[in-house]
Amino acid sequence: MRRREFITIPAKSVGGLLIHALAGESIPLQAQDGNVQLPLRFFAEAEARVVMAACERIFPGDESGPGATDASVIVYIDRQLAGPYGHDRYRYTQGPWIESVPEHGYQGKASPRDIYRAGIPLLGSDFAEVSPEEQDARLLKIEDSAFFDLLRDHTLEGMFTDPLHGGNRQMAGWRLVGYPGPVMSYRDEIERYHGKPYRREPKSLEQIIGHDVAGWEDEPV
Amino acid sequence: MRRAAGQLGNLLRYSKPERQAAAGFFAAASHPGVEPMKRLKSVDVVIVGGGWTGMTMAKELATRTSLTVVVLERGPERKTSEYMAQMDELDFRRRRRMLQNIAEETVTHRHGIRDRAAPVRQHGPFYPGTGTGGAGEHWAAVATRFPADSFVLATHLRERWGAAKLPPNHKIQDWGVTYEELEPYYWKTEQMMGINGKAGNLRGKLIDGGNIFEGPRSREYPNPPHKRTYSMNLWEKAVRELGYHPYPRPAATLSVSYTNPDGISRPGCAYCDFCSMFGCMIEAKAQPTNTLLPLVRDRKNFEFRNHCWVRRVLHHDGKAAGVIYMDQNGEEVEQPASLVVLSSWTMNNSKLLLLSKIGDPYDPISGKGSLGANLTHQVRPAGGAGRILFNEPLNGFMGAGGQGMGLDDFNGPNGLPEDGSILRGGTFSGGGGGGSPLSSFGSIPPGAAPRNWGSQWKKAAVEWYDRIGAGGGYSGEHFAYKHNFIDLDPTYTDKWGDPLVRITIDWTDHEHRQARFAAEVLIKLTDAMARAAGGKVIRGGGRGRGDGRYRVDSYNSTHVQGGAVMGASPETSVVNTYLQHWQVPNLFVIGASAFPQNSGMHPTVTAVALTCRAADALVDRYFKNPGALA
Repeated sequence: MRRREFITIPAKSVGGLLIHALAGESIPLQAQDGNVQLPLRFFAEAEARVVMAACERIFPGDESGPGATDASVIVYIDRQLAGPYGHDRYRYTQGPWIESVPEHGYQGKASPRDIYRAGIPLLGSDFAEVSPEEQDARLLKIEDSAFFDLLRDHTLEGMFTDPLHGGNRQMAGWRLVGYPGPVMSYRDEIERYHGKPYRREPKSLEQIIGHDVAGWEDEPV
Repeated sequence: MRRAAGQLGNLLRYSKPERQAAAGFFAAASHPGVEPMKRLKSVDVVIVGGGWTGMTMAKELATRTSLTVVVLERGPERKTSEYMAQMDELDFRRRRRMLQNIAEETVTHRHGIRDRAAPVRQHGPFYPGTGTGGAGEHWAAVATRFPADSFVLATHLRERWGAAKLPPNHKIQDWGVTYEELEPYYWKTEQMMGINGKAGNLRGKLIDGGNIFEGPRSREYPNPPHKRTYSMNLWEKAVRELGYHPYPRPAATLSVSYTNPDGISRPGCAYCDFCSMFGCMIEAKAQPTNTLLPLVRDRKNFEFRNHCWVRRVLHHDGKAAGVIYMDQNGEEVEQPASLVVLSSWTMNNSKLLLLSKIGDPYDPISGKGSLGANLTHQVRPAGGAGRILFNEPLNGFMGAGGQGMGLDDFNGPNGLPEDGSILRGGTFSGGGGGGSPLSSFGSIPPGAAPRNWGSQWKKAAVEWYDRIGAGGGYSGEHFAYKHNFIDLDPTYTDKWGDPLVRITIDWTDHEHRQARFAAEVLIKLTDAMARAAGGKVIRGGGRGRGDGRYRVDSYNSTHVQGGAVMGASPETSVVNTYLQHWQVPNLFVIGASAFPQNSGMHPTVTAVALTCRAADALVDRYFKNPGALA
C-alpha cells in the first residue's frame, strides 16, 4: 500500500466539526498555523495541489462569492476518482477498442483516473505556485482536452453536489445560488412562488433524514 | 468470474459462431448428457423482468387464477423505504445509479449495415432500469395514450396520401388492434396508476382545456391535473395566444390522495423534484413496487426472485419449456414452466428470442423474417429555437417528472404542411422543471463572458442561474424502416459471454424534415413564451438532436420500440395481438417490443394496456383451452 498522502488547506475553509465528515474517515486532523491536513484517497499531495489550484481558476472564490477551494471541491474529486466512478466500474470496458464516429461518444480506454494521471503533468508541477494569469494561460492551452472537460465537470459537481460526497462544503455552492437542497415537499409552495424567488436556509440530505448516507464512491472497488 | 458447469457454462468455451450454433442446440433440445447444474420444480408461469409490463401480467395472473407465478428479475430488490436516503442528485441523476450496470451489458450501434458497430460504453441514448419495478421505478411518469389513428397507421397513411407518398423503405404496419378495442384497457391502466389529467375528448365531445386531439375517452381521468408551476402558466398563456390548444400533460404522479380499484391508496405528489431517475419516497408516483407488488407479494402462488439473469428460453417441438438463468452466485439454474412471459424491455426481449433461436430473424437484404425488425425510437427537434432569459427565477427545482403542459396541434396528422412532405408530426411540451444547480448551473447570455469558466463566467452564471429556459420540447413519431433493426453483435459480449444486441438505425430525410418543422414551431413557442414572461430570446443554440445522424452519445429517450412486433399476420409480426408468439403458443412477449412503430406520445401506458388485454385473453380463454389465441 502506498504511503498515505495529505493535502494541506486553510483551516478557515474547513471549519471545526465538519472535518471528520469531510474526510469520511475518523483520523485526527493536525491543525498547524491555521492549516489542516486532509487525507487523500487517490491523489498524491503534489497532484492534489495542482488540481486544487486549477479548480480554483475554473470556479474562483472572489467578490461574487465562494469558489472551489472554499467548497472543498478537491475532496470531492479525490473521492470520486478513488471510487467505482474513477475506476470505470460502471462503464462498458470490453474491447476491442476502436476509433468510431462522433455519434458514438467517448470510446477511449482511459478511465477518469487515467485521464487525470495523464492530464495533471500538462499543467506543470509548479502550477499551484505560478500567478493566476499564468495558470489561466496554461488552462487555456489544454481547454480542448478530455482532461479539461472532466476537470470542469467535476469542479461544478463538487460545487453543487450534496455535501455527503465531500464537496459543496457547508453548502457554500447552494447558498451561492439560493438552492435549498433536497426538500421533502413543495406542495404548499409550488403555486405561491410564481415569478418570485423561493429562498430558505439550505439543508443537506443527511440533515434532512437524520443519519449518514454512504455515497457510491464508498463502494469497494 | 465463476463459470457455471452446466449447459451455458459449456457454451462459454466455444468460439463465437460455434457458441451461437450451440445455443440453438441446447435451447432446442433437452440433451440428456448435459443437464444444468440446478433444475428447479416446475411452475405454471415464469415471467422474465419485473417492470411495469411483467408485474402487470404477474398481478393479473396471480390474483385472478391459482396458478403459480414466478417473476425473475435481474436487478436488486427495491422498496419505498430506501428512496428517501436516495434524494441525492449526484449519484442518482448524474451517475444514474438506478440504471442497469452498463459494464455488464450494453448494446452496440451502427448507422447502416456496411458500418462497423461500436458499443454504447456509457449510459446515454436511453435509460434502462433494473431491479424490482424496472424502469417503472425511475420513470418520469408521463402517462399519455396513443392517438387513435396510430394503431391503423398504414391504412390511414395510404388512404390519406396514397402508397406512393410513403417514405422509401418504410415498414409501417397496422397493429392489428384498434384504439376502440384498447380503450377499456387504457381506462383500466389509468385507474390502476391513478393518472391525472383533463379529458379533451369525452365520448366524442371536445372539451376546451383538455387535449382535443386525444382519442375519445369513455371517462374523465381518474384524478384532476397537477398543480401548476410558474413556467406551466406562462407556457399555457403563450400557446393559447398563438391559437393552439395546450393541455395539462397526463401523469402517473398523483395530484391528490387516491385509492385505486385494487384498494391501493397513495398520497398526492409533493413536487420535490426527485422524480425522474429516482424512486418516489412517498409513493405518489405510480411504480410497480407501490401499485402492483403489494397485491401479490404475500400470495402463496407468487414469488419474486431478484438477481436472476435469464439467458435462454428453453423450447422443443414448438413449445416453451422454461428458462435458464444465472443466479446471484453465478450458478446456472433451470426454471421449467408451462407458460413463459418475456417482459425484459425492448432490447432484451429481442435478445432472448435471438439467443434462444425462437422465430425467424429479420434479414434486411431480403426483407424476410420479422424478429428484430421495426426498430423505432423518437424524433427530436432540430436546433435553432434558442432559449429565453427570464426576469425572475423559475424555481425550477420544484416539480414532478411528468408535470408540464402538452400540445398536440402538430401531433399525428395535425397542422402539417399540405404538400405531404411530412406525414406525421409529434407532441410538444412545456413548463417542465429541472432547475437544480447540479443539472442546470452554467448557462449565461451570449457575450457575458469570454469562456465557460473563470471569474466572469461564474459571476454571470450565478446571476442567471434558474432564469434561462427553453420554449418547449418535442417528441416526434418515428416510422419503421427496412434498414432499422435489431440483431446480435458479432464482436461484443455481455458479462456471461452472450453476444450483445446490435442496433442498426439512422434518421432519414423524413425525420430531418420533421425535426426542422418542429424547430420552426419551437421558435414560435419560444418567442410567445418570452412575450408572456416579459423576457428576452437568445436565438440560436447550435444543433439539436434532430439534426444530423442518429446519436448514442447523449439522451434521446428511453422509448425504444419494436423487434418483436405484434400484428394480424405471422408474415409481418412476431406475436399476435394478444402478444402471443405465433410459433410458440405458450410464449408471450410483452412491452414496447410489440409496437410496430412509435407514436408521438410516450409508450408506457400503451405497453401496460396491451398487457392487460393479453392477460384477459390468457385468463378468459387460454388457460381454459391452451393454444393459439389468434
